[in-house]
Amino acid sequence: MRVNATAQRASSRLAAASLAQRIGSIALLVAVWQIAAVAVHSRMLPSAAAVFAALVQLCLHGTLFFNLGITLARVAAAFIVAMVIGTAIGIVMGRSRTIDVLFDSWLVLLLNLPALVIIVLAYVWFGLTEAAAIGAVAVNKIPAVAVTLREGARALDRNYAEMAESFHVGRWRTLRHVVMPQLYPYIFAAARSGLALVWKIVLIVELLGLSNGVGFEIQLYFQQFDVTRILAYTIAFVAVVQLIEWVLFQPLERHVGRWRR
Amino acid sequence: MAPVTPALLAEIREKRYPGARGATPHVALAGLSLRAAAGEIVALVGPSGCGKTTFLNIVAGLDRDFAGEVRLTPRPDGQPARVGYVFQEPRLLPWRTVYENIALVLPPHRAELVARDLLKAVGLAEARDRYPPQLSGGMSRRVSIARAFAIEPDLLLMDEPFVSLDHDTVEQLRSLLLKLWHARPTTVLFVTHDLREALVLADRLVLLSGAPAHVVADVPVSLARNRRHSGAEIERLREEVLRHHRELIGAAGATSPVE
Repeated sequence: MRVNATAQRASSRLAAASLAQRIGSIALLVAVWQIAAVAVHSRMLPSAAAVFAALVQLCLHGTLFFNLGITLARVAAAFIVAMVIGTAIGIVMGRSRTIDVLFDSWLVLLLNLPALVIIVLAYVWFGLTEAAAIGAVAVNKIPAVAVTLREGARALDRNYAEMAESFHVGRWRTLRHVVMPQLYPYIFAAARSGLALVWKIVLIVELLGLSNGVGFEIQLYFQQFDVTRILAYTIAFVAVVQLIEWVLFQPLERHVGRWRR
Repeated sequence: MAPVTPALLAEIREKRYPGARGATPHVALAGLSLRAAAGEIVALVGPSGCGKTTFLNIVAGLDRDFAGEVRLTPRPDGQPARVGYVFQEPRLLPWRTVYENIALVLPPHRAELVARDLLKAVGLAEARDRYPPQLSGGMSRRVSIARAFAIEPDLLLMDEPFVSLDHDTVEQLRSLLLKLWHARPTTVLFVTHDLREALVLADRLVLLSGAPAHVVADVPVSLARNRRHSGAEIERLREEVLRHHRELIGAAGATSPVE
């Protein structure tokens, strides 16, 4: 117990130190930015102070929250669709050699298809609709999820499967309590890189074919060469995505991996 | 004790593993027939790699790709016989607590009661909320044994469950196993390559040949259970068995460590 408490204190000290480092690192970036902006003195590189002022103004009077919300909803929808379908495909391909052989080339093809091509084709074939936009983003992400989960499904431990079978644990309970926990690390890996990819592609989809959302706003400011507001939107969006990592992914991952010492 | 109906009847004509890419297939079992009476402990003794695990997997229903037949006498209520399996490694799910590992094999409404009982019986009531990576080797085996008893098995398969543990732990686990077996009688098929261990635990030894395995001899253990604590008695028996079954020398008997 004593040892445990000491270890806990040490690890919280470590966490505090790394938080301080992080803040220091970000402060350094802001400082470099501010100095550069002052030195260049151009409308194309607004100062950090100006961008923060714009951010506050957009939050208070603009449509930032509305557009941020819309974009996040699209990110969430595309992310969930990609994770569910990609996971299912990955598991099936990892478990069945026949299906793997049959569809492996499709997967490789999809993996190498540029995001832009998928988006343009989706808009051409299905129109400038919400469903086409979200579908296009999901299709961009599905192959990567499938490949990761296929690795996971291949690495499933036969010993556990035999245990479950010999004790007649049942299909559903086996899937939930024996198979899925072995896949969690792969699901988290896919989710992490998935979120990073999905939110970037959502902005492009909005820019190309939709009439609201962060991507659409950025396109508007681009046409006006309003770098200040572009950067303000960028900061808001990056902050929200990082927040999702902190309040959703990390606690969830800790919970699922609580048995590891 | 139940009347002497065989709880298990196994006739394996042949079990072969296909050879890798044109190599000759490996025949693991050939003409292996075995029956076990209800409530008896049968020790399967044979050299390492002779196909003992293969045989247990067939009996457990995990391997259906063989020529032959395995018949388990159904339960009195007509349900198919339940088979508990204690694997060589404990095979506990590391992400589930000790309690949750046992609960997994039980119907949810009975899990709490049965698991609590068994954890007490194996001396792990305190450890119910710990995760397997935090357990010692001996403790993990206890959980694995508790899990097998939890389903009230009609047949308990044990595949060298006490290997790679220190001597004292093995002694403790053996007497724990016998205690559980007395309290919850069941037919046991215990695989080992250690003749001494077989003599301590079993009512009957079934000696197997090297691969392809078949039964070489069937040796009842006449020594009363309360006299098996004596190392000298067991040693005397062991030498007797070895005298009659010279083929075991170099396999089961002679390689087991002198204690």
